[in-house]
Parts: sequence; C-alpha cells; structure tokens
Amino acid sequence: MKILVGISKAPDTTTKIKFTDGDTKFDEAGVQFIVNPYDEWYALVRALELKEAAGGSVTTITIGGAEADPVIRKALAVGADDAVRIDAQPTDAFFVAEQVAAYAKDKGYDIILMGKETINYNGSQVGGMVAELMDLPYVSNASKMDMDGSNATIERDIQGGIEVLEVATPFVVSAAKGMAEQRIPNMRGIMAARTKKLEVVAAVEAEALTEVTKYALPAEKGSVKLIDPENMDELVELLHKEAKVI
Amino acid sequence: MAVLVFADVLDGKVTKSSLEAVHYGSKVAAEKGTDNVVVSYGNADEQSLANLGKYGASKVLVNRTVSDMDPSKLAKLVVAAKEAAGADVIVFSQDYTGKSVAPLVSAKLKAGLVAGAVDYPNLADGFVVKKSVFSGKAFAEVKVNTDVKVVAIIPNAVGKEEGEGSATVEEFSADLGDSRITVKEVKLETSGDMVPLPEAELVVSAGRGLKGPENWGIVEDLADVLGATTACSRPVADIGWRPHHEHVGQTGIAIRPDLYIAAGISGAIQHLAGVNGSKVIVVVNTDPEAPFFKAADYGVVGDAFEVLPKLTEALRKFKSAG
Repeated sequence: MKILVGISKAPDTTTKIKFTDGDTKFDEAGVQFIVNPYDEWYALVRALELKEAAGGSVTTITIGGAEADPVIRKALAVGADDAVRIDAQPTDAFFVAEQVAAYAKDKGYDIILMGKETINYNGSQVGGMVAELMDLPYVSNASKMDMDGSNATIERDIQGGIEVLEVATPFVVSAAKGMAEQRIPNMRGIMAARTKKLEVVAAVEAEALTEVTKYALPAEKGSVKLIDPENMDELVELLHKEAKVI
Repeated sequence: MAVLVFADVLDGKVTKSSLEAVHYGSKVAAEKGTDNVVVSYGNADEQSLANLGKYGASKVLVNRTVSDMDPSKLAKLVVAAKEAAGADVIVFSQDYTGKSVAPLVSAKLKAGLVAGAVDYPNLADGFVVKKSVFSGKAFAEVKVNTDVKVVAIIPNAVGKEEGEGSATVEEFSADLGDSRITVKEVKLETSGDMVPLPEAELVVSAGRGLKGPENWGIVEDLADVLGATTACSRPVADIGWRPHHEHVGQTGIAIRPDLYIAAGISGAIQHLAGVNGSKVIVVVNTDPEAPFFKAADYGVVGDAFEVLPKLTEALRKFKSAG
C-alpha cells in the first residue's frame, strides 16, 4: 500500500490570532506552529496503521518554504517514511491542489489522505480538488476506513449521521475525528526523523483563483450580564425580549 | 448571467441548509438582476422542489438518475446545469454534501471557491466574500479572481426568509459518468426531530462539570423543552460520555446557532473557536473565573445541577403561557 498524506502547517490551537500589514497578513510573531491536527491525528496516523497492517510506504507532502521543515520533521517523527516539500507559498486551495496533483500523478499512490480541513483556513477544499484534477474518486469527512486488499470500506459523516460506502484504490479521502487516535512521537521517532529523506521539489506553474484581501477579528463581546441562579424567569425573559432568540 | 444553487435532499425533502443556500442565491441574483436557478437530484419530492419558489428560486432542474451522494456525479450534474442555466455564480451550502461537491466543481471549472462564507458577496469591487477562518477566531475577505464564482455558505450564517411563490420544476438529464463509490448503508444518528448540530438554531451543551454521562438527563430535559439540539465539549466526547458527533469546538463541529447554552464547560480557546459564531451565548458555571464568561452574553454563576432544572422549569412556564 503506497500512501501519500497531505501535511499542512497550522498555528497551535491555543494561538491568539493577530494580523499585520494593515490586516492583510497573519502575524506569525511568537506563534508556535504545529502539524494541522486533522492531517496529523487522523490522516497520518491512519495511514501508518494501514502500512503497519499491510506493508507499503507513507510519504508526506507539504506546500511551503523552508520555514515549514520543522513541522514536516514532526510528521516524520510520528512515523512517516519520507517527505516531499513543494517549494512555494500555498496561496490558495486550488494552487495547493495543483501542486499535489502534479507531484502525485504517475507515482502510483493507492491512497491520498489528508485532514478534512486546516484549522487556519477551514476550507475543506484541497482533497476534492486533488481528486478532480487527478480524476480519482473522492470521499470526504471519513471517520473510519478499513482496507481489504485494494478495496476500502469507509464511513463518512453526512448530515445527521454516517454513510458506509465502498471504493477501490486509487482514491482520495479526507479524514475527520474518529479515524485514528493521536500518536505522541517518542524519542526514537524524533531522532530517526532527523535523517529521514525530505525532498524539496520545484513547484509547477499554477494560478491561485482567489486571494485574501483583508482579515478581521470578530467584534468584541460586551461584558456578560450575570443572572441570579435563583431567578431563571429573568433569564427566560431576557432571552425572549432582549436577545429575541426564543 | 444567472445564479445557480445546488440543493441537497434528505428523505425526499430539500435540507434546511439548502433552503438557506437558495435564499442566498436569490439575494445575489436580485443584486445582479438575474434569475436564481436551482439544481437538485434524487428522490426530492415535487412539492418540496416547487416550494423553493418561496425562498426565491425561479426554476428548479432535477435529475432523478443519481440518488446517492456521489460527489463525482453531482459535480458533473452541477456543471451541466450551470451550462444550461447560463450561470456565472454557483452557490452551495458548506454542509457535508457541499464540502464534498463544491471543490470538485471549482476544480472542474477552474472557478474560484469561497468555502465557508458567512455573508453575501460584495459586488461593488469585483466579487468579495467574507468567510470564517482560524476556526471561528477571525474572518477573511476573499476575492474571487475568475469569471465563474463558487460560494459555499456556512449553515445558519445568513438564515432564510420564506415568501410567496412557486418555482417551475423541470426534469434535467445530463451525462454523469459511472459511479466509482458504492453506498452500502446510511445510518442516521440524530434521534427523532432533533435538528443536526451544524444547522441547529438552538443548542444546549455540557462538559465535564456534569460529572458523568448518567447526569445528562437535565441537559436533555432542557433541550427538549427548548426544541434544541444537544452538544458537548471535547473531553466529554473523548472519555466516551457522549458520542463524537456531539463534540463542538475547534477539532469537532463548528456551529453558529442563535442561542448556545453551555453548562459545566470552562471555555478553553479551542472550545470557543467552535461556538463563538453563536448569536447569543449563555454560560452556567460554578466558577466565576471560568474564561467562558468573557465570551458570554448572559452568565449564571451556579451549579448546573440546580440551575438547569430551574431554567427548564422557567422555560416550560414561558412556553405554556404562549
């Protein structure tokens, strides 16, 4: 089983978000970067489990400059065999998908796995775009995936429930919570990651279809209105008359 | 050029989030001075489709040959309908189906996609749409630089308005290619009439402060009286007190209900990320220093075991008074 896992760099989940350059850029000063949790906890770990069960290889792919290398090393420490970095800034989802598709084409991956979304852009776009560009079947928001030879049985989240489906390799799948459990890299993994192959590949010509023109933070909340725990009638009254939500 | 909206179907009915997408499409079409055409599929019943007129659809194209949620077929259907309708704006809901199909349509047409929009496009300076980023901690204005634009609107972000009108419904055929996935089973988890979390307008949520899964009765009672959907914090889903599909937060489901009531949840930044799109937040916590109070509109410093039943009782009184 030859598996490619999309790994993207994301700010740590506790990051306080700030912007710079007239609110046109995310302020990276002092920000701790991690592997996007959906890519790491679910996509990468499930890929490793499948490899451990049936043999094969797990390669990660990241679009980014050299500043992404520490995050890529972290994915290698978790257990990926080797890594590829496409040397370009990830300007939008389509640009990223074009890079992944161009690299993966002709390499014979059985499964291309990635997290269902990044925690910084929250688009859920790249997986579907890669599938379309490579003319492969796409399964999104998968919470369980079992392989039997080249056939996969996958559970994916749908509105109000779960759908069970079957698909044959090769295919593209995006991973949601439930697909695997987070693995904490051990010292051996961290040491081994230092010498694993991290190949840097030039980007292909591709265009971004969208651009972010400005960022903004949500409006500050006014201060909380405290209600006496003995007076829930007052809360109901406020929700009805003031907030008008019931 | 027209606006085309994709409408998803569940149990023969157009879904609530798709009604919002149709309403969204009608607003964009009105501003452009054009038609709002809807494309749907499967076993959508005729009346449910004609009713889309009330949400601003002028015409509905329906393809009965595809019944499963097969992203590849649905993407081909949407592209064929876009050609037939002469549309240059395509609207999806950013629900599970939209997340599966919209990226394929975007890549097929090389048309820029704004996935997770929270507002109508600003057409004054090209086509700029506000979207949620950093898991609800910020917004981005995204400009689409292609002739055809694709927007996927987050459920419950702009709501919907029901007016008068009836849409004409036409059968629509297109070459959708072969199926490459086989759907074996569909398991619906939400019980009874409970609205699925991403679409819910009222949500009651609880965390570790509830001390154990056996104590969720008071949460369910409150949700029941309100007609709300239940949710939970991440630790509670992780230790198995509640199912994973109830977990709201940065790594769970992001929701934006009108009212979010949180009991026994301290309000870690990761939890807030998933819920701070809520219009009104009520926090019940024994600890007056809980960070959640800073993000709340209304707060009750008290024990959930006492406060929730009292709130349920007060609501019951309010409801029966009409």
